[in-house]
Amino acid sequence: MEHASKGSAPQSGVWAVDASGLVKTFGDNRAVDGVDLRVRAGTVYGVLGPNGAGKTTTISMLATLLRPDAGTARIFGHDVVKEAHIVRQLIGVTGQYASVDETLSATENLVVFSRLLGLGRAEAKRKASELLEEFGLAEAAKRPLKNFSGGMRRRLDLAASLIAQPPLIFLDEPTTGLDPRTRAQMWDTIRRLVKTGSTVMLTTQYLDEADQLADRIAVIDRGRVVAEGAVDELKASVGSSSLHLRIQEGQLIERARRIVEQVLGAQSVISPEAGKITAPMADADRVADLLIAFRQGGVRLAEMSVQKPTLDEVFLTLTGHGVKEPPAQSSADRNETEVMQA
Amino acid sequence: MNDYPLTPGAQRALKNHASVGQSLRNSFTMAYRGLLKIRRTPEQLFDVTLQPILFTLMFTYIFGGAISGNVHNYLPVIIPGILVQTVITTSIVTGVQLREDMDKGVFDRFKSLPIARIAPLAGALLADTVRYAIATALTFAMGYLMGYRPHGGFGHVVIAAVFVIASSWAISWIFAFFGVIARTASSVQGISVIVLFLLTFLSNAFVPVKTMPGWLQWFVNANPISHLVTAVRDLVNAGSIGGDFGIALMGAAVIVAIFAPLTVRAYMRRT
Repeated sequence: MEHASKGSAPQSGVWAVDASGLVKTFGDNRAVDGVDLRVRAGTVYGVLGPNGAGKTTTISMLATLLRPDAGTARIFGHDVVKEAHIVRQLIGVTGQYASVDETLSATENLVVFSRLLGLGRAEAKRKASELLEEFGLAEAAKRPLKNFSGGMRRRLDLAASLIAQPPLIFLDEPTTGLDPRTRAQMWDTIRRLVKTGSTVMLTTQYLDEADQLADRIAVIDRGRVVAEGAVDELKASVGSSSLHLRIQEGQLIERARRIVEQVLGAQSVISPEAGKITAPMADADRVADLLIAFRQGGVRLAEMSVQKPTLDEVFLTLTGHGVKEPPAQSSADRNETEVMQA
Repeated sequence: MNDYPLTPGAQRALKNHASVGQSLRNSFTMAYRGLLKIRRTPEQLFDVTLQPILFTLMFTYIFGGAISGNVHNYLPVIIPGILVQTVITTSIVTGVQLREDMDKGVFDRFKSLPIARIAPLAGALLADTVRYAIATALTFAMGYLMGYRPHGGFGHVVIAAVFVIASSWAISWIFAFFGVIARTASSVQGISVIVLFLLTFLSNAFVPVKTMPGWLQWFVNANPISHLVTAVRDLVNAGSIGGDFGIALMGAAVIVAIFAPLTVRAYMRRT
């Protein structure tokens, strides 16, 4: 059936999500205060913001779990309030807290969800074992979920969202609380998902995660979108990464500073006591030149690291105030992508 | 992950309402989930096992001599009464468990699935008929052990059992409603126990109505639980289906007609 029969605009097929002016109020708290979002089909869209910014509330409205107080939202051209049942046939939702049945086993969970989605008895069993295999849960299939780790629960949750192969998947903080290894696995899964043609909308507290996965990002704060754009645009607006250097012989710090400014062509900041130099790094490729210049100038490095802009800095730049409640794992934002000990 | 591309959203055949057939299928699947849960946590059947055994013993030996002269003569009076009381008591658990269940993340998923909205409720209530069946069987078994031989015969006992289970299913919609609107599981328990005490003790379940003051007789005779108890007594003791059977069935239908839509609407509003 063609979507045109529903009377939607001709280009609506392009937008997986098209929301404008979404508002949700809980008592005095305007959790979502006029959010506009447009997500192109087949892309990964990141919604970035601190705890309590309104990310989950926004997703809940788009996924028909909450009714918006004002504004409209369409999923592939279908209104989330008037055509909620249709919208539910087009989406998969994986929440911040795994929405699976604790008392049942992994297989039983997937079989129940498959049956609810209209699969036959045998088909549901096959689908369940197929998904468990795909998500590396086949061995734990019969165990009750009580003994599952956080990562296993998330994977099962994601598997459950994929039963009907929905063209749009909402992932609400898919990696919050996961250890780095499980996190990387989750990212992998999400990337594979996009390859099959799914549109993914994910929320995260970590700039790093949005950077890794998303094509476009909306930064949300106090229920409003404060910035929106392609990942690179957004990062450029925040500023570049910075290079941190520590040299072995403190008395050479002035010489080292001169070399840095010559090679990178930028002002640097020094802290002589620690023998540390910090300089903005606009072009990572120049670092090789810098290291050669150090070697030629007889400056020996003790340590070197690169630091990306943190969520804190993004917020400071975009909103003029820092992150109010620091996320539980703020250290994960501080991305020391490279640390070399001399 | 599958290698073949997904069907794009715009090209899928979609409908905006769940059909009656789908609602039924969804409800049965949810009932299947309820049964799986019971199988995984059999300890939640303690109440339906112990209560019929204890209550039947206690009430029969405490009230038997005082009301009917001796225990044996009291059995045809008390077994139907205790049956109705026990089975309806276990239907409170439906509301409490529904509340606990709804607080868990899995209900978020049910809400986001394209299923009939009534299914999670109807399924939970349907699965609980297993609990009522256990309580019913145990009450009759206890009665039999204590020397009760129903004159209506086995066939009528079975009809009475099905009748009580169906009525309890209807009454469980009341507690399901409390379960949906209450904020915590313990408050569901609180409200439900009060309602239940009023309904079961202000009835003819344990004592003859004529021993009560006139104003109370009026209430007891109007109480649908009294009609339910009388209907069960007629069935098991005399093998007859009287007017009380019809009145009780009608009462059950009225309860479902009022509370099922109320519950579903309250459930939808919370979503």
